[in-house]
Amino acid sequence: MAISVEGANKRFGDFQALKDVSIEVPEGSLTALLGPSGSGKSTLLRAIAGLETLDSGTIVIDGQDVCKTPVQKREVGFVFQHYAAFKHMTVYENVAFGLKIRKWDKKKISARVHELLDLVQLPGLADRYPSQLSGGQRQRMALARALAVQPQVLLLDEPFGALDAKVRKDLRTWLRRLHDEMHVTTIFVTHDQEEAMDVAGQLVVMNEGRVEQSGSANELYEHPANEFVMSFVGEVNQLGEHFVRPHDMEIVLDPDDRTQEGLVQRIVTLGFEVRVELVLSDGTEVWAQLTRAELQRLELREGQIAYLRPVQAKSFNGSPPSYPRGASTPLGSHDGGDAGVPAAV
Amino acid sequence: MAGSATSRWGLRVLGLGYILLLLLIPLGFVFYKTFEHGIAPPFEAITSPDGMHALKLTLITVAIAVPLNTVFGIACAILLVRHKWRGNFLVDAAINLPFAISPVVIGLSLFLLYGTTGWFEPALAEAGVKILFSVPGMVLACIFVSLPFVVRETVPVLQEIGTEQEQAASTLGANSWQAFWRVTLPAIRWGVAYGVVLTTARVLGEFGAVSVVSGSISGQTQTLPLFVEKQYENFNLPGAFGASILLALLALATLLAMNLLKRKEAA
Repeated sequence: MAISVEGANKRFGDFQALKDVSIEVPEGSLTALLGPSGSGKSTLLRAIAGLETLDSGTIVIDGQDVCKTPVQKREVGFVFQHYAAFKHMTVYENVAFGLKIRKWDKKKISARVHELLDLVQLPGLADRYPSQLSGGQRQRMALARALAVQPQVLLLDEPFGALDAKVRKDLRTWLRRLHDEMHVTTIFVTHDQEEAMDVAGQLVVMNEGRVEQSGSANELYEHPANEFVMSFVGEVNQLGEHFVRPHDMEIVLDPDDRTQEGLVQRIVTLGFEVRVELVLSDGTEVWAQLTRAELQRLELREGQIAYLRPVQAKSFNGSPPSYPRGASTPLGSHDGGDAGVPAAV
Repeated sequence: MAGSATSRWGLRVLGLGYILLLLLIPLGFVFYKTFEHGIAPPFEAITSPDGMHALKLTLITVAIAVPLNTVFGIACAILLVRHKWRGNFLVDAAINLPFAISPVVIGLSLFLLYGTTGWFEPALAEAGVKILFSVPGMVLACIFVSLPFVVRETVPVLQEIGTEQEQAASTLGANSWQAFWRVTLPAIRWGVAYGVVLTTARVLGEFGAVSVVSGSISGQTQTLPLFVEKQYENFNLPGAFGASILLALLALATLLAMNLLKRKEAA
């Protein structure tokens, strides 16, 4: 079922969580709401579910304005970051909850619950209590519980946020496969750009209560609308007005009119990839991503002078950056959830 | 670790000694005194018409006051935790009043309302309802003194479980009533149960407030604690001790019942 939100505003006290937000989610798609904490992504998701009411704006699911529909009538499946498992119920009772509310008969419930437990790969754990499950198992149980009632849409709020890195990777691959099988319109919230790009077909990047840009992972990476999007969906160096991806930084040994001089501070070899960190004459710290072969050809050493030539750079004059200045991100992805990227000194 | 062993033993001796001296020896002495001349004297006192009436009256006050305070206590805890508003601190403070005020004062306050010169007296006289020196007054007094227990025991567990389980229930189609019965109440049940046990124990044993409003008329407005006092005043020590032991056993039974329920659930 297609979802469309228009002109959504929501205020909590002095904090404006959503500022005139509009998004379109096509039927059957898998969409990620991506942004740092406090960007309004969870509020938007909860508003779609009916767990928050908007101050103004409309939410349309499958052609129906649902703003006046209470949460229990919206037919949405919702998965919480911390599972929200019913602790006093077994796995079976948890998954059966929505079906019992809908007064299904016992045999049908039993068949459906076991079908779902197979789907989420938890067969044989029906009689366990949530406290006897691992985090990943609990989240799969929560997913089975949400899917049991055949929701029109599936909403996941940082579903893998509380899990460790390995389980997280497994589960996101698994979620994508599940979505390919079920085709239920799915929106999930994350602050991890890698996770969003890995799982979702469509990304909506949010910041400070606004939608900065939406599109496919490739569109956002190649054609970011502004500095914020550019630095949030990938790594970036700032050279004056220009923003350059580390893999678009060429290092040469002979200067010309397009190069800038820099001092090689550190060379980090990460398997195939080599990261060269440099300081420019004005004190800006940048880094370039090279292959091993390139490094060997250049015979770079720490402490030597080299010259940088941006192959492809972007500038966003006219759209004032809403992102803290200094966008060098030598430490990789933004999965810390905050926008506090180490600033270039 | 030698030092910690010494302090561990020190603490044990101190704790056990304290309990022994102040709790177990006096209680043990009551048992001893009761059965000093065999089981017959205390048994006779309890099974006398006045004794049986006191037992019945005590159970009636429990049967009315405990369910009322349980329902009110849960509702009040939900109000305090889930529906925050500016007046909450007043409600919160008011609920603690029965803890802070002497039961005698509570009894007297009921006098001011329902006594011959009380506020409600004209209306009550017209309706022919008697509050003071009868069961309704005693139940009111018991409700007053035991009101905070369920609220106080339920509030922290309600805070601890948070709202996510309730929200999950609502996304699965449960209305707020269904979410309360199927999710919230089972999650807070041990807090509530503990509150109920404390409430029951308090109502069983309440003396001060009940003594003021009841008039302590034998065979009419005497609960077990009042019966104990009367027997004691009349130098019927086996009767007084027998009734005391019955009271203690009733309280123990409620504690035991909760522990059994808990164990059954865990099994």
